[in-house]
Amino acid sequence: MDKIEISLDLQLSKQFNLALDCVLPGKGITGIFGHSGSGKTSLLRFIAGLQPCAGASLTVAGQIWQQGKQKLAVHQRPLGYVFQEASLFAHLTVQGNLDYARKRAWPGTGIPYPQIVELLGIDGLLRQLPDALSGGERQRVAIARALLINPSLLLMDEPLASLDEKRKQEFLPYLHNLHQELAIPVLYVTHSLAELTRLADYVLMLEQGKLKAQGSIAELSRQLGLADPDAPFCVLDAVVTASHPQWHLVSAQSQSASLWLPDSGLKVGEPLRLHILARDISLSLGNHNDSSILNRLPARVESVNTVQDAVMVELSSNAGALLAKISLRSAEHLHLQVGQSLFAQIKSMALSR
Amino acid sequence: MPLSNDDLAAIWLTLKLASTVTVILLLIGTPIAWWLSQTTSWFKRPVAALVALPLVLPPTVIGFYLLVAMGPQGPIGQFTQWFGLGLLPFTFWGLVVGSVFYSLPFVVQPLYNAMTAIGLRPLEVAATLRASPWDRFITVVLPLSRPGFITAAVLGFAHTVGEFGVVLMIGGNIPAETRLVSVQIYDHVEALQYSQAHSLSALMLVFSFIVLLLVQGVSRQNTQRKGHG
Repeated sequence: MDKIEISLDLQLSKQFNLALDCVLPGKGITGIFGHSGSGKTSLLRFIAGLQPCAGASLTVAGQIWQQGKQKLAVHQRPLGYVFQEASLFAHLTVQGNLDYARKRAWPGTGIPYPQIVELLGIDGLLRQLPDALSGGERQRVAIARALLINPSLLLMDEPLASLDEKRKQEFLPYLHNLHQELAIPVLYVTHSLAELTRLADYVLMLEQGKLKAQGSIAELSRQLGLADPDAPFCVLDAVVTASHPQWHLVSAQSQSASLWLPDSGLKVGEPLRLHILARDISLSLGNHNDSSILNRLPARVESVNTVQDAVMVELSSNAGALLAKISLRSAEHLHLQVGQSLFAQIKSMALSR
Repeated sequence: MPLSNDDLAAIWLTLKLASTVTVILLLIGTPIAWWLSQTTSWFKRPVAALVALPLVLPPTVIGFYLLVAMGPQGPIGQFTQWFGLGLLPFTFWGLVVGSVFYSLPFVVQPLYNAMTAIGLRPLEVAATLRASPWDRFITVVLPLSRPGFITAAVLGFAHTVGEFGVVLMIGGNIPAETRLVSVQIYDHVEALQYSQAHSLSALMLVFSFIVLLLVQGVSRQNTQRKGHG
């Protein structure tokens, strides 16, 4: 699918104005990220046609959805929408809810019905009424229903917000599997960095109704990492290139750098997303071959900022952008300066997917 | 005291009138209630007030104006004459028109409440599932406001059975044509036939009690269902 072009200027209240002009990729999951009240949901509702906005324009894959006053009604837009609360029809069973979408599905070949039911694990619930389901089950049915309409664009508004932490962990694999199966683009609204870095390929950051930044996860790695003041992190996308069973390690390629990773049953060719906490990166001026640390990358200092009791160092490396959190004393000791070359030692990293 | 033939005719006429009026009221009340529940127009308040007027007006006032309006010089009268239907006062259909006005709020109000309680979300969901406005109304609004329809039908029916003032003003007292149970009771009392009045009155009392019991049952079911949501 071709790109999504959005241009809108929406006065939602006296104090709040949502103004955007952007182009989003027509594939993969685009995370729309921002704090509560940044305009994420309004943006999604505008795209669906649920939030009127005079004078805006919206083109999805070359098809004009709105151009000034001319616009397609909601039911004429080939989209699926998953609301924050599951919003199943209370008068229909799970099966009835799914059939509501199947009867009205857009023509074309989507994911077949049995596969959707299996993917979301809802085949045991079909005869129940929504009232009898748990929050997580309802949301899974709602997602299945949105997929069964066979949309060309899937809009998801914080689909995990109504679930507790345990349910979220159970649910994320379903969403991730979906990501693998789906050929259509997904716009995923969230205020959770964990969901964003796990699921999104591309990110749109909103702040108080304005576009703060947009780009791939890797491009926005540092900005996103800094958005989590408790545990700043950075993200690298990599692909497994070789397996080394004698060391229980695999090597993975991230941009032009090769990294060592513990072998947790990874297959060669598998795409990975690595989540590295800023405090797990240490800096050294020399290339210490005598250290036990496996991953050591030449890097360049891009910025140095003192944050309360520590120093945040933004780095660029041939693996991608990195973020290190070091002590005030170390920063002074290393005489850190922008443009300086040094080595970043990665003590540990987690797979976020 | 057994019911006389006149009493039975009055009961039959009352049931016929109430059924006809209920059907018409549901047909008219549904779009009015839906419009009131959806509109943001300034026109909403005057229309809502107009629909609710019979709640506060003395039935004789409604009856009087309807009598004038349905008369040979009145707008409704001119209209019915032009269609070759003749004049409505003192006919069954005159009673129907009067009852429809008189019982309208009892149908519109429960429908309006039920439709407002649905909220915007189910309709938005249906729209994203490719349902057109008409499709949404049929497949989402109607089933979700079913308890409101039951209450509306029962109240509309019962309220028509119980009317007296409007009937007397525009229907008069023609046996088997416009003489309803309530008028029949009045006649019995006027003629000092207290035991006959008593039979009919007791019947009405039991009927009304059962109706209210039914309505409460429906509204309790309704709140229970919402409680789960």
